[in-house]
Amino acid sequence: MSDFSPDSARVIDGPDWMVRRRVAAAEALADFDLPTTALEEWRYSPVDKLDLARFSPASGLADPPMVPLHVEPAAIVRVVNGRIVTVEIDDDVAAAGVRVGALAGHDRGVELIGAVVDGAPDYFTRLNDAFAPDPVVVHIPCGVSIDRPIVISNHAAGDAMAMFPRLVVRLEAGSSATVLDRHTSDAGDEVLVCPVAEFDVDHEARLGYLNIQQLSRSAWQIASQVARVGQEATLTAATAGLGGAYARTRADTRLVGRGARGDLQALYFGDGDQALDFRTYQDHVGADTISNLLYKGVLGGRSRSIYSGLIKVRPGAHGTNAFQTNRNLKLGPDAWAESVPNLEIENNDVKCSHASSVGPVDEDQRFYLESRGVPTAEAERLIVGGFLDEVLRTLPVPAAVPSLRSAVAARIAEATDSEPADV
Amino acid sequence: MSELVIEDLRAAVHGKVILEGVDLVVRSGEVHAIMGPNGSGKSTLSHVIAGRPGYEVLGGSVRIDDIELLGLPAWQRAEAGLFLAMQYPTEVPGVAMRDMLTASRATSSDPDEIYELMQAEAGRIGFDEKFLERPVNVDLSGGEKKRNETLQLGVLKPKFAILDELDSGLDVDALRMVSHRIEEETSQSGVGVIAITHYSRLFEQLHPDVVHIFAKGRILETGGPQLADELEESGYERWVGTHVSQPAMASDPFADPLEP
Repeated sequence: MSDFSPDSARVIDGPDWMVRRRVAAAEALADFDLPTTALEEWRYSPVDKLDLARFSPASGLADPPMVPLHVEPAAIVRVVNGRIVTVEIDDDVAAAGVRVGALAGHDRGVELIGAVVDGAPDYFTRLNDAFAPDPVVVHIPCGVSIDRPIVISNHAAGDAMAMFPRLVVRLEAGSSATVLDRHTSDAGDEVLVCPVAEFDVDHEARLGYLNIQQLSRSAWQIASQVARVGQEATLTAATAGLGGAYARTRADTRLVGRGARGDLQALYFGDGDQALDFRTYQDHVGADTISNLLYKGVLGGRSRSIYSGLIKVRPGAHGTNAFQTNRNLKLGPDAWAESVPNLEIENNDVKCSHASSVGPVDEDQRFYLESRGVPTAEAERLIVGGFLDEVLRTLPVPAAVPSLRSAVAARIAEATDSEPADV
Repeated sequence: MSELVIEDLRAAVHGKVILEGVDLVVRSGEVHAIMGPNGSGKSTLSHVIAGRPGYEVLGGSVRIDDIELLGLPAWQRAEAGLFLAMQYPTEVPGVAMRDMLTASRATSSDPDEIYELMQAEAGRIGFDEKFLERPVNVDLSGGEKKRNETLQLGVLKPKFAILDELDSGLDVDALRMVSHRIEEETSQSGVGVIAITHYSRLFEQLHPDVVHIFAKGRILETGGPQLADELEESGYERWVGTHVSQPAMASDPFADPLEP
């Protein structure tokens, strides 16, 4: 584990405060062990198979691939192996005081990083604290609204390399913005990607965040998204999990201010031997807070998915409305999905519900389409697409949805082609 | 001219024999009414012909001209020219009707052409065009779903259509439009129709050439249109015994024959 030692952290460049922060995090890591499946939040995961010693913190740069985005962005940051390669920002956006780029160059960087995630650290957020080489900041000043998306395009390349992308989003009061955060990696490279994204949404601000995870099938991802939502503020946070050998996303949403709202969405698609893992935490701290979670996944081949979610309503959170729905569609007998919803309510004046399901494609729906002359495999494709459409049509960053839709359609076609037509 | 030929069709659900040997021949342009009490196996007949999973075919034959349907997947039966207007059309969330009909092997694969046909059919039966944009049957009332089935019949132009209680859920005006449209199709495109129903009100606009009394899993009597009127007067007692002996579940007209 020597590659993740304080000494390794110390040699990563950056301002003094950042180096000190990394070293402190690396030193703190010594007191913790890698999590195991004995812990509830890692149950059913393959974390026991993770041999961290096989990986080294990524060094050096590769050429970022020019993956088309089909989005007209207000700003775009290209990140390779956790390091910023290019930053482009529209003049009018910059003139409005919006900061997009290296956190190291932000005069308030030291107070912005960790402001949210430090409340709920785990082994991998600490690892990110220690080894994130070049955190990205998106900072929107008071009252400023940016219509077009701000794009962060992350790419990972290099066998046995570990990457630590870090994204720090801060929306000041009354501002609004959307962020598209995409993750890709070179095919065949066994990379470990541990991204951390933190969202600090101040009162009456509105943040839309869409994470598109299209890592290669040889990548491992252990991601954390942690949000704090202020009074009358709204966070719409969505994840499209398509890639990875094992891809985990933990999403913590703390609704702190009165009337704060979190709309949380995910769609995921597993095939082959993929394992997709989602852990969510809807934490209602303030009164009259609303959270609405909808996670939908499709599992083909021998793929596996784990969803576990907790709604927690704190004693002061009267008037809470909290909803949690997880639905999984299995395309064949060898796919596996586990869904574990949980409620923990410490206030009587609340409205909460949770629902979860795991099942095959509905036989009546398939028969209906077939009775109109739609061939079996095509009927299955339409039904699966329709199942995911409920998430697709409400995603933040609508401009990114058409290309995501095609990516999903390609995955569906691939998965249903490899299945026997009549199961 | 085509023929739908059903010979000695026998089928079971969960090991219980429901169809005990059905024989029926329908030619292009003909309308055959199948009338019978609840629980007599009428819906099972329509499902077995259309190829719904969950039924065990014990014997017999169903052919459109020289194509044997039994053994084919449902979509190939539709491709061969069969259409089933369902009693309870299934909701298919997230799937647009245009995409479904474009994917059908029984229609054009040009989505624009399909949409024009859908619009034209919607106009003929007073189906609000805003429903064309909805996912298949989602959030439609019972009556709207029946109009939607009729609309699809118009787009798919099958050789033979089975209408499984098309009249249930329709108000008088809607029933008139829908049954008129199907009557029109029997002469325009020559569709042959099997209309399964309890009541003769469907036949004010859609005129049956032949009426069959169906009970106890088979056709017990065949006659002209006057047989439907007779039924309206006297009920099914003549065919099913002094007391209409129905299975306990059959008192619920919404009972799914697959869930006895």
